[in-house]
Amino acid sequence: MIRLEKICRTYQLGGQPVHALVDIDEHVAPGEHIAIMGPSGSGKSTLLYTLGCLDRPDSGSYWLDGREVARLSDEELTQIRRHLIGFVFQSFHLVPRLTAAENVELPMIFAGLPRGERRERVAGALAAVSLADRSDHRPDQLSGGERQRVALARATVMQPRLLLADEPTGNLDTASGRQILDLLDHMNDTGVTLVVVTHDPNVAQRADRVIVLVDGQIVRRLPGRDVVGTANLFAPPEPG
Amino acid sequence: MTFTDLFRFAAGSLRGHRLRTALSLLGMAIGVAAVVALTALGEGARRYVIDQFASIGTNLLIVVPGKSETTGIPGMATATPNDITLEDAEAVGRQIREVDKVAPIVVGTEDVSYGARRRQVAVVGSTREFMAVRKVSVARGEFLPAAEMQRGRSVVVLGKQVAQELFRGEEPVGRIVRIGSWRMRVIGVMAPRGVQLGMNVDDVVLVPVGTAMKMFDRRSLFRIFVQVRGAADLERAKRRVIRLFVERHDGEEDVTVLTQDAVVSTFSQILGALTLAVGAIAAISLTVAGIGIMNVMLVAVSERTREIGLLRAVGVGRRQVLAVFLTEAALLSAAGGLFGLAVGWTAVEILVQIFPALPASPPPWAVGAALALSFGVGLLFGWLPARRAARLDPVLALASR
Repeated sequence: MIRLEKICRTYQLGGQPVHALVDIDEHVAPGEHIAIMGPSGSGKSTLLYTLGCLDRPDSGSYWLDGREVARLSDEELTQIRRHLIGFVFQSFHLVPRLTAAENVELPMIFAGLPRGERRERVAGALAAVSLADRSDHRPDQLSGGERQRVALARATVMQPRLLLADEPTGNLDTASGRQILDLLDHMNDTGVTLVVVTHDPNVAQRADRVIVLVDGQIVRRLPGRDVVGTANLFAPPEPG
Repeated sequence: MTFTDLFRFAAGSLRGHRLRTALSLLGMAIGVAAVVALTALGEGARRYVIDQFASIGTNLLIVVPGKSETTGIPGMATATPNDITLEDAEAVGRQIREVDKVAPIVVGTEDVSYGARRRQVAVVGSTREFMAVRKVSVARGEFLPAAEMQRGRSVVVLGKQVAQELFRGEEPVGRIVRIGSWRMRVIGVMAPRGVQLGMNVDDVVLVPVGTAMKMFDRRSLFRIFVQVRGAADLERAKRRVIRLFVERHDGEEDVTVLTQDAVVSTFSQILGALTLAVGAIAAISLTVAGIGIMNVMLVAVSERTREIGLLRAVGVGRRQVLAVFLTEAALLSAAGGLFGLAVGWTAVEILVQIFPALPASPPPWAVGAALALSFGVGLLFGWLPARRAARLDPVLALASR
């Protein structure tokens, strides 16, 4: 599904070059569940946006579904984001003036789906996150957990094969967070490749594999079940 | 994405910011209203002048003695080689098929008195035809007799104002007034007509043309009004009148035949240009309104940066983002334009209610131009903000604020 080779990304911040990603090599198989961990500023969000074709690496190659992203035009990347990728953000990114149903409908409007099909899919997506009765509510009338479920419905309504989540539970209480993680796991069970960025070991432990980033470099790879028991997660492992 | 969806999405985001939308809409509305109202005024003035000309009679030829080599104001001709006589006038009516009515005119000034009251007025000598040709009518009594032109009967028809001043409520018809040394019987009073092209028709007295010629000791007519049967015959009739005068005046072309068209079209052109100029000045306010829209759209783009980032993340292309913001700008300006049209039109209607004499109504070209311009200005000034929105880096946009 995903192959990264020597991905580098540097950007300027206050005149200083920041090495967000340094020589990242990674493989993600279809249907895998990956967690990316790391302290703030470690480049994990940059990695996620690179995977989501929103950010372009300065060097290195990124193959997505057998195509090298660097060779694709802006329009082709738009098509990939539209049909292949779903995004879930820490701050939900719902459009405040639109109802839950309209927010979910948004990607389909711009994809040019006929209205009848849109309505059906909105109903299905909202039902899947148990929000069928909230479809006419605007974001400010919804709780945090409900908002993130609307965002999740929006991310999945185009039936993507790759779901990218940036701290999906970062703004939620434990119970709501668990609900979101269960839904994400469920999506993963249906074959969707899932990449979650988090600093929370409890979130990461659900993943098949965990990648730990520090200063733009992968310092550790470990199975998800080992995350909670590992001390000094962000420190490089002792040799030997 | 269909146009309907684009339209609904753009309209939805405009509804989300009511005050801002309303304010920029207002700017555009004022601009369009100004264009509509001002051009309506200009057009009203133009039509007023044309109506004035039309009110002195349509399909009218005016025969003036003398041949002016340069076209110009009638009566300014330097030479008058031959008089225009009553016989000439009769010949025009008799011999030219296209001619409907002929009214010979003699004009002079004389004292008119009744009892102790005395008033100096213009005395117009003419025939019964004058009524039709100059579109006047009698309020009481009757108009000049229909007898042949030469008979100089001592009768007079008073203008409305003259009758009022001399008789002060008494019944004038049947009374005898003095005009100079002539004793004349009043046979009628004109209906009020008001000022016609600078001449107060209410302040004249009308006498038979033969009487007037004797009264002022004239052999020549001041001019002849010739009413032609139809507008299509006007040019042909004009040529025939000239030919007839050439024949009658020993091969000399010594009259000038004016049509109203020439005069009217000159006035019309001048006032049309004026309307255009006023409209263009008003159109400047449309540009200002356009800048207002640009301002509003720039604010909208920076406020909705996160939304734009999200749109890009869910697979909305740059061109689609551009289209969304352009559509919003176009909707704003078009709605403002329509609103302004309604306001401007209402203002004109109110004005017409207050000044019914002014036939003010916005010319269709101005309405069309104002609407097209408002739409175009919206697109033009919406372009910069829309392009800025389309070019936002999605990652930075998502992380903004």
